[in-house]
Order: sequence, then C-alpha cells, then structure tokens
Amino acid sequence: MLERTGVPTREQIRGVTPPQEILNSKPVVIVECFQRIPCDPCHTACPTGAILEFEDINDLPKVDWSKCTGCALCVAKCPGLAVFVVDMTYSDKEAIVKIPYEFRPLPNKDEIVECLNREGVVVCEGKVIHVFEPFKDGTKVVSVVVPKEFAMEVRHVRVVRKDE
Amino acid sequence: MKETEILIVGGGPAGLSAAIEAVKAGAKVLLIDDGLKLGGQLIKQTHKFFGSKEEYAGTRGFKIAEILLSELEKSGDRFEAITNTTVTGYYADDGVFGALTGEEKYFKVKPKKTIVATGAYERTIPVPNCDLPGVYGAGAVQTLMNVYGVKPGERALMVGAGNIGLIVSYQLAQAGVKVQAVVEAMPKIGGYWVHASKIRRIGIPIYTSHTIKEIHGKEYVEGATIVQVNERWEPVEGTEKHIEADLICLAVGLSPLIELLWQAGCEMRYIPELGGYVPVRDREMRTSHPDFYVAGDAAAIEEASTAMIEGKIAGLCAAKSLGYDIPDFEEKFNAFWEQLDSLRKGPVTEKIRQGLPKAIVGEAYRHA
Repeated sequence: MLERTGVPTREQIRGVTPPQEILNSKPVVIVECFQRIPCDPCHTACPTGAILEFEDINDLPKVDWSKCTGCALCVAKCPGLAVFVVDMTYSDKEAIVKIPYEFRPLPNKDEIVECLNREGVVVCEGKVIHVFEPFKDGTKVVSVVVPKEFAMEVRHVRVVRKDE
Repeated sequence: MKETEILIVGGGPAGLSAAIEAVKAGAKVLLIDDGLKLGGQLIKQTHKFFGSKEEYAGTRGFKIAEILLSELEKSGDRFEAITNTTVTGYYADDGVFGALTGEEKYFKVKPKKTIVATGAYERTIPVPNCDLPGVYGAGAVQTLMNVYGVKPGERALMVGAGNIGLIVSYQLAQAGVKVQAVVEAMPKIGGYWVHASKIRRIGIPIYTSHTIKEIHGKEYVEGATIVQVNERWEPVEGTEKHIEADLICLAVGLSPLIELLWQAGCEMRYIPELGGYVPVRDREMRTSHPDFYVAGDAAAIEEASTAMIEGKIAGLCAAKSLGYDIPDFEEKFNAFWEQLDSLRKGPVTEKIRQGLPKAIVGEAYRHA
C-alpha cells in the first residue's frame, strides 16, 4: 500500500510504535521509516544512543526505547521528515506530538492550528506550545497539543490565519 | 589556447569532488561549467540529502555545494574555474576541446587528462499540447523557484513520482504553489517512500498507474486530463479526470549526457538500468580512451552521494596517471569503493547493481 499511496498501513505504524507501557510513561520517538535506503543521520543525531548504530547503512532504524528522552533532535535531522515524538503524559486527555516543519508562516506559540493525518486530512485542531530549530538549518520542530486519541494520527500542522 | 593538466567538464557534485581530489594530489585543474554559478544541480536542492556523514547526509544540497566550493578555495593557483561556458566539442585528432563563453567568446583547451562530469539531461514525454507555455521540466521549475525565487505557477500537476517528482512537489508546496496531483504511470512510487509520505500528509494526492493524456489550454496551460493505465500501459476508458493547472511539471527521468565521450571515441554501451548509453570504464573511472575519465550521472543515473565519490575516484586516479606521487593512494581508493559499495547495497539501488557490472570492466583498461 505504502508503495502505491505514500501512506503507511496500520500494521506498519504498529510495528514502529513502542509498547503501551512505554508510550504512556514518557515522550518517545516514532520512526516512520519503512524502506531500506542508504541513510543514517537519525542515529548520528541521537545524543542518548536510543537510535542504534547501523550495521548496514541501508538498515531500518532500530530504537532502544529505554534510552529515548523524546528530545526530538532526530525529528529535526531526518532528511525524510519521517521521525516524530509522541508524549502521552502531557495531561489526562491530551498528548504532545512533535512534528518536523518546513513551511511558512511559522505557527506562533499558543496558536491554534489545523492538524492533518498521514493522508493530509484535517482530523482535529491543536495548540502549538513550542517551536524550535535545533540545528539552525531551516527544519523547525513544532510541538502541538492534540486530544490523545489523535496523537498517533496527527503528522502535520497547517497554519490558518483568516486575516492573511 | 588554454593548457591544463586536468580538464573537468561540469561543476556539479561529481566535477567539484573530482577537482578537490585532483588538486589535493598536486595536479593543476581547469573546471568548465555552463552554469552561472558552480554547483550543478546541487544549488537548487533545498532538501536534505540522504547517505552517510562522508557525503554530508542531513545537509541540504545547496549547502553541500558551498562546502565543496569552500574546500576548493584552498587550492591556490592549482584550480581555475570558468563558468557560463559550454564545452562544445572535442577534436580527437589533436586532443583539443572547443569552449564557448556566453554566446560570443570562443576558445580552445588542451588538457592532458579529461574528466567528463557533465551530468544528465531530462527526458520528456510527448502529450498533446505539451508545447504550451506552462509545461516545464522539473529541473527548470527548481531553477526558477530555488535559484531565482520565481514562483512558476499557482496550481501544478506533477508527472512522475520518482525522487525528483516527489521532491519538487514538496518544494512547490513550500513556495506556495498548490500541487493538485502527482501522476505516475508505474504501479508503484519510484522515489523514496519517505518523500511520498511527506507530500501525502500535506494533502497532495499521488495517483499511481495513471498518466497524463492531454494538456488543455489555448495560449497557455489551463489544465490536463489524466487517465488510469492498465498493466499493459493502455489507458482505461472512463477513468479520465480533469485537473485544473497552469503548470505541468515533467519529472519522467534522466539520461546521461555523454556527447563528448562519443566524440572521443570511447566505447559506449546501452544499459537501460543506468539510464541509457554510458561509457565502459574500469574501477579507476577511466574509459576506453586512456585520457578520458567519467563520474556522476554521465556514468550512470544515480544519486549525488555516489556522484561525489565517483568524482573523488576519477580525480584521484587522473592525478595518479599524470605521475603524481600519492602515498596513500591504495588506502583512499579502497575507502572510496567501500563507500560506494555500501551506498549501493540496498533494495533501492537494485537496478544500479544489475547495470554496473555491464559497464565496469573487471581489470583496469590495459592502455598501451
């Protein structure tokens, strides 16, 4: 399916989602990389060793969940923009999703944005709580707060300003 | 007439890398490029590159060009570059090249060795009305947007879901162009799936097993009809869709740009997996002509990462053939090949692995 549509299947997503107890305990990385291509910057960007070293540069990334702090440096570094961080511990009903972002305008802190799923469909609204650019290379990481049920769905945000 | 030890034709990733290695080895290099700025396609690549650290993975293409050029700035008088100049031909009887700067200044160059790093040209597909203004190759769209800052249209249809089609669709969206659809005649997306996912989540549909049937418009492009194709590439009646667009962007593949190698009489082979006719070469990237080397897309349509390493090999070996003493030659040569082999190991480079053995002669060409 992914090779025909560009949208990963449920099974593929399940395969890169950490066990429930880890997902509910801390912010963790979700590496949505499903094709063996020659690429390893997610590993070299990781400061804690959570994204394991590649034996073959074509390998898919492997994650040691216990070491991941959800810092999102890999989110900013991945050339394929295929890495996200999900933090289910934010509140009872809400989670944070950290998303790589390379568009204008940039969302402001506290701005309400449209949240899109992997098919580009708006599934909910979210509140941006943080925008940062760890490598000062044009790729921002946007942290958006969404209802928990959408945390594994939302993968892009769109800024909508009526007056512009 | 200009004389030089090594002439490099083309200042893209392969040519610049070849220059760096050749200069490092002690050789005198003249690089000629038809662009206004050196860097080839790198200067319009705003996305981050894949690969490993050695090939600047995670760095944007235009930044890689800056890194390579700053490296060359250390070369002193061993390196000269002439831009806005096309190498127009090679005269085999006296080993002289003709070159044309702009449209008026013609001059001759006589090198001892030549590295052809001319890259590729874009293929096109014939479709009714494909001569209307608003039909572009993807390379031109990138040049307009990313080099000159010109928005090429308001609503675009992308033809081709290889890496270029996917990447340029994303860049069009970044520039504020609405990409209506990407059509791909193959049943599968040809480019990296991460690039496909990246454009899907921002709302761009990808139609695989679809092709463009007709472009509409009187004075300029106003839209196009797309249609599904079956496994025999025949249009499926009744599946036509109309797409409104003022920009049709063709990203339907590349072919090696190899005219100079033909003129030099190099042995050429038609190898579809590598993009068409390519020169036969040995592991030093030397062609059947003892004074001609090749690197990058002119050798096989691949990635900028492999082009840079091939360029290094060609630059290193061309310098060695001039008699420069390179104490760590073996070590470097083997390391470059290891990098190439590792980048070419995965499933996305399967075609390249099938094609290369047909292009590379096992032992070094035995030049008299």
